[in-house]
Amino acid sequence: MNVPDDLFYTESHEWVRREGENARVGITDHAQAELTDVVYVELPKVGAQAEARGQIAVVESVKAASDIYAPVKGTVVEVNKALEGNPALINTDPFGEGWIFVLKMESPDDVKQLKDAAGYRKAIG
Amino acid sequence: MTPMSDAAPKKTPLYDEHVRLGAKMIPFGDWIMPVQYSGIMDEHQAVRNNVGVFDISHMGQLVATGPATAGWLNEMLTNNIDKLEVGAGQYTFLLNERGGIIDDLIVYRTAPEEFLLVVNASGTEGDFAWLKKHIAEGVDLQNRSADCAGLAIQGPRVVELFHSFLGSDIELPERNQIKTFDHDGSKLTIGRTGYTGEDGIEVFFPAEDAPKIWNEILAKGEPLDIRPCGLGARDTLRLEMCYPLNGSDLSPDHNPIEAGLGFFVDLKKPKFIGREVLVQAKENGTANRLVAFRMQSKGPPPRPHYGVWLAGQQIGEATSGTLSPSLNQGIGMAYLPTPHARAGTEIEIEIRGQKFPAVIEKKPLYKKS
Repeated sequence: MNVPDDLFYTESHEWVRREGENARVGITDHAQAELTDVVYVELPKVGAQAEARGQIAVVESVKAASDIYAPVKGTVVEVNKALEGNPALINTDPFGEGWIFVLKMESPDDVKQLKDAAGYRKAIG
Repeated sequence: MTPMSDAAPKKTPLYDEHVRLGAKMIPFGDWIMPVQYSGIMDEHQAVRNNVGVFDISHMGQLVATGPATAGWLNEMLTNNIDKLEVGAGQYTFLLNERGGIIDDLIVYRTAPEEFLLVVNASGTEGDFAWLKKHIAEGVDLQNRSADCAGLAIQGPRVVELFHSFLGSDIELPERNQIKTFDHDGSKLTIGRTGYTGEDGIEVFFPAEDAPKIWNEILAKGEPLDIRPCGLGARDTLRLEMCYPLNGSDLSPDHNPIEAGLGFFVDLKKPKFIGREVLVQAKENGTANRLVAFRMQSKGPPPRPHYGVWLAGQQIGEATSGTLSPSLNQGIGMAYLPTPHARAGTEIEIEIRGQKFPAVIEKKPLYKKS
């Protein structure tokens, strides 16, 4: 299972790429493999305020709807509109084209409270 | 679905095979069952285009024998047993006194005075207890579920697969018929039926032979692009055909007339449990009808219990819902007040507080082109 070294991770299987004051967020390869066949993504609204660990988006597979949580506190500044036409990008490229939203973090140091790649690898066994 | 019990979940004789193949296992009633292997989409398309195999060992097998059995079953079940020659089967219902559905099942006449009832996993214990409670003299009823494993093998290439499996000279039973075959020391009971809308069979055999037969089917099916399939694809396939799922679309609070399944009820029979209620329902109509609907936008797929709205009022809730892999649209079923339960009626489905347009359509939602 792919777990890139340069990202941060949550226990609820989101990944975070720190881009200065912003955090780009998606779901991990492990999460997409568990869900399989993502058929719909309910994106957050640009400008939405996100609490750390607060529900912010929904990813739906054929079988079920799964909540996506904001890894850190911040404001949504960008969402991946490409997922509206092609939600399967989450399956084919979870760490790249399948990103879901970008948060402007309230305090960028918050990412340090997340897991690193080694910690996440351990968590998913 | 029945509530989960605290007891350890029951495993079918193929549990280890599923785990070995990397299936995702989920609780299903009292059972732990594979929901998917390669993915619901892939498995669904395999059944529509080639062939797929499902473990249905969790389903129940009840065997009724004796000189009074046909007459007794005619009083227990809605369809007409007298129409069954030896080797024939029919879809039928077990009802309570209120006409509500205890279970939907297939009954086969396997000998002049012997019948096989294939019932839902979640219904097995309850059906058996109900039938035992109403047993008649001259009928012996046995629950053979624990000794029996089963596979549903579904898809347009099922005949090819069975010629490769059992020999090119064998003839599978005709639709809704049942036959037995000997294969390598195992007795196979094969019914030509299924829950997918494709050509297919359900095959039952002794539980101890299950891993061997499962692996042989997968090996023989490899050139045909066979896929092991889980409950996920089973649900999308059956819902495209609008085949009801007991516990979701069928329940003791609904009768077969409301569910639009009156075809499997013979009201000319003088007596069966629930008959009076069904006669009334047929004569006076029912307050609600089970309809099929299709989403009109590329929104989120509907799910069970989502609200159904018409003209600003909630008029019901979905009993089933999913994304249809064949139609690439959300589909579902719901009980709606009869005046609104007409094909073409525009409704809305409430999903996380937002309403999305849908249209009631004739069943089935998927028609093979």
